[in-house]
Amino acid sequence: MAVWLSAGLLIAAACVAVARWNAAPVPHPGPWRIALARFRAHGPAMASVYLLIALLVLTTLAPWLVSYGPTDTLIAPSEQPPTLAHPFGTDFAGRDVLSRVLYGGLVSLPVALLSVLLSATIGTAYGATSGLASERVDGVMMRLIDAILAIPRLFLLIAVLAIWGSPSVPTLILLLGTTGWFGVSRLVRAEVRALRGEEWMVAADALGASRRRMLWRHALPNVLSPVIVAATLGVGHIVLLEAALGYLGLGVQPPTPSWGNIIQDGAQSVFAVWWMFVFPGLAIVLTAISFNVAGDALRDALDPRQVGRR
Amino acid sequence: MRRLLARRLWHLGVVVALATTLSFFLIRLAPGDPFLALLENPRVTPQQVERLRAEYGLDRPLPEQYARYVTRIARGDLGDSFTYWKPVRTLIAERLPRTMLLMGLALTVSFLLGIAIGVIQAWRAGTATDRVLGAVAMFFYSLPDFWLALVVLYVFGYKLDLFPTSMIPAFHLGPVPWWQQLAETAVRLAMPVMTLALLTAALIARYQRAAMLDVSGRDFVRTARAKGASERRVLLRHILRNALLPIVTLLGLAFPALLAGSVFIERIFSYQGVGYLTVEAIRSSDPELVASLVLLMAVLVSIGNLLADLLYAVVDPRMRARA
Amino acid sequence: MSEPLLSVRDLRTTFPTPAGPARAVDGVSFDIAPRETVGLVGESGCGKSVTSLSILRLIQPPGRIETGSRIAFEGQELLSLDERRMRAIRGARIAMIFQEPMAALNPVFTVGDQIAEVARVHTDASRREAWSRAVEMMRLTGISDPGERARQYPHELSGGMRQRVMIAMALMMNPPLLIADEPTTALDVTIQAQILELLRELQQRVGMSILLITHDLGVIAETASRVLVMYAGEIVEEAAVRRLFDAPHHPYTEGLLAAVPRLGEARERLAVIPGTVPPATDWPTGCRFRDRCPYAWDRCAAEHPPLYRIGEGQWSRCHLAEEPERREPQSGSRGAGVLGSGSGDPATLSN
Repeated sequence: MAVWLSAGLLIAAACVAVARWNAAPVPHPGPWRIALARFRAHGPAMASVYLLIALLVLTTLAPWLVSYGPTDTLIAPSEQPPTLAHPFGTDFAGRDVLSRVLYGGLVSLPVALLSVLLSATIGTAYGATSGLASERVDGVMMRLIDAILAIPRLFLLIAVLAIWGSPSVPTLILLLGTTGWFGVSRLVRAEVRALRGEEWMVAADALGASRRRMLWRHALPNVLSPVIVAATLGVGHIVLLEAALGYLGLGVQPPTPSWGNIIQDGAQSVFAVWWMFVFPGLAIVLTAISFNVAGDALRDALDPRQVGRR
Repeated sequence: MRRLLARRLWHLGVVVALATTLSFFLIRLAPGDPFLALLENPRVTPQQVERLRAEYGLDRPLPEQYARYVTRIARGDLGDSFTYWKPVRTLIAERLPRTMLLMGLALTVSFLLGIAIGVIQAWRAGTATDRVLGAVAMFFYSLPDFWLALVVLYVFGYKLDLFPTSMIPAFHLGPVPWWQQLAETAVRLAMPVMTLALLTAALIARYQRAAMLDVSGRDFVRTARAKGASERRVLLRHILRNALLPIVTLLGLAFPALLAGSVFIERIFSYQGVGYLTVEAIRSSDPELVASLVLLMAVLVSIGNLLADLLYAVVDPRMRARA
Repeated sequence: MSEPLLSVRDLRTTFPTPAGPARAVDGVSFDIAPRETVGLVGESGCGKSVTSLSILRLIQPPGRIETGSRIAFEGQELLSLDERRMRAIRGARIAMIFQEPMAALNPVFTVGDQIAEVARVHTDASRREAWSRAVEMMRLTGISDPGERARQYPHELSGGMRQRVMIAMALMMNPPLLIADEPTTALDVTIQAQILELLRELQQRVGMSILLITHDLGVIAETASRVLVMYAGEIVEEAAVRRLFDAPHHPYTEGLLAAVPRLGEARERLAVIPGTVPPATDWPTGCRFRDRCPYAWDRCAAEHPPLYRIGEGQWSRCHLAEEPERREPQSGSRGAGVLGSGSGDPATLSN
């Protein structure tokens, strides 16, 4: 918890830094600086960043913001609609939904961020290996990805979780992370392959630079931008996926709240207890939209082909 | 064309082999006794669990168990479901047509809607129309499917009471004329199809807009204008025809997304298809059923990809010549 | 001279960029007489293609043709026509062919379809009539077995064949003016000669004017009767083809000619014009060529040269017209220093 607390504040601080960074014009801006300037010029993207900062700060500071714990039962009559004391109402066990949504974010957001971090790492490693390998090894590695991609991720997760039982939060992160890297590895592999054909790579090879050195010094910086974009969009996707698993009762296990399982708690009588699905739902939608909008804007900002356009 | 088909069929074989292996290990390597949980079900007798153990050869070495499992699947025997008290194969045969009907309708509606929105956006690129449609598409793209389903059910099913909220009787109408059956089915399918189509159309619109803008910068578009073709003709004939090519491959992407969505949509709208079956299988931890459903989904997605590839080869003259 | 077919006056086309408006075409004026072939030469980026697209009003927003520009064609002011009437001119009265025929043809339609489309757009010909006219046009452009070829897709044809298809498409409605934008650049040498021969032959047969845009003076020498030399968005020299090759006036023209290899002339190396065309957002004041010019003196920085009349039909945008004595090469002049005098018979040019 304390780890996440500091991590959350750190990420929020980084976002603030991006948002507040003063873009003093420089004579010859580098590609990252240009990308950052373009990202900052994108209104909806900046709105998303601020929204994410707000969400991160609110969930990280949850223990100080609400006076009820997420698992404190019978603090009020159960299934009470929103009141001043409980702005998001209460659930069947008389727990405060506001508290559960905030603490739920404290679970859902790290799950999403950490599992995407894991997939991005595995995907980059696998893609780079495949890209630098011989034609045959590369072919086999990519056919394997093609085959795995044929199984929809949701069904893969459902099968594993349904048969192997309810996961702990770290297991869930591990599962989400290890099933989400296929797309990233394809991107990285394509980028590395394209770089390999370029003359300076051939020259570096001829000069006897070691493969690993080439990978680290030259290829990695080039593949970073598509990975950043894919990861940002990936967080949006994972937030939805985690919610879906929670709704099926396969994600984070009660009584620990997550945005998905709060909705599941109200699913039995969803139209009678609308607040049980509106508030966590909004949290999910806002998070997913913010990451998707920011990802789109990042893609536009990092695309070198767009330099000079408009 | 034949080579392409051969390659895709080979690919399908690999996928099936992989999915079979996966479902075997899912069941076999599950922590503890995979069939112990079944005993919690009052309808399952210890004798049946014993028989199942023998069938799987749980006392045999792992490679032999695997060989048995593969042979069984190859014969088309998917095992038995203990929730439904039926062979899994029968269950799937019963439910799959319903899901395919839902998928077919949702795919059609979502492609028509998504392409139309993408075309309008590209036509009005940079204007308020484009931005508003883009924002709407982004909103639907970022919605959890189950959440949208609940909202649709609430708004259209309860508040406005436009559509019946139960699907079940649609298939048990009894002796009524075919057109009445058709009308009933359409009315009952309206909400689930709408939900799935809205979610997928958002995805398609985003791609369609990008494809249109990409094509509109190409030289032959200028040629068409230099011929004296009207903007409408340029857009709908020259640009759209080319921009539809990459959209065909989206079929391979939209199909798995729709299948995943069907799990929630079928459950929430009580539509007794494969997705509904999946939720039931999870609820009652029915291992054979879950594993078979994973296998089924992999096969369906592969067939979807195969169809998308073949369709692409048909619509793109360059591919047609090469294949 | 008879009434010109096309008369361009003070054409200015600009594109907004983050660095300010790019004045790609900046005050261009010229005429084209009926049945005349006019060459428009210059390096890439000098505004040739933008000029031709401006005539057809095919400049895509945010690019725009500035007010004050005038383009008169067959006595009509094109810039004040509404879009519908402008469309009736495109492809029917003024046709255009492009540099890269593979890219300029739509990959998903048969070439017959694309040629026939011209007739479908401009006449109420039925599908079948349009198709048979397309096949006839393909035969006219020297495509063998046109009935079969018409059913093929662009990728199934060779480069030369594709350009013939483009020409057939352009000539469908017998346009009085054909704009050919680098029609042979993407083709290999033997095919180039065939296409140029075809253009010449067709021009005589149907009696049209051609505006031939190219960076290749060899192509001009073979085809055009009059040449416009463009540099940095302006016309810097205009002359009859013979005159231009025999006695070029503008130092830029001199440089272009020196860069052309000729038969029967031993040269240590080919000359190149030093430097590159400046960006269109930032044309230099005074003479725009002065940074690359071996003769430039202080007047060139201070005063933007007008088009001086040099002789019969020859005009040059260079102060040397008033101070010819400065043409003597100065010692220590910048650049490659092998800028030739440009004399020689154009007929001996090779390309």
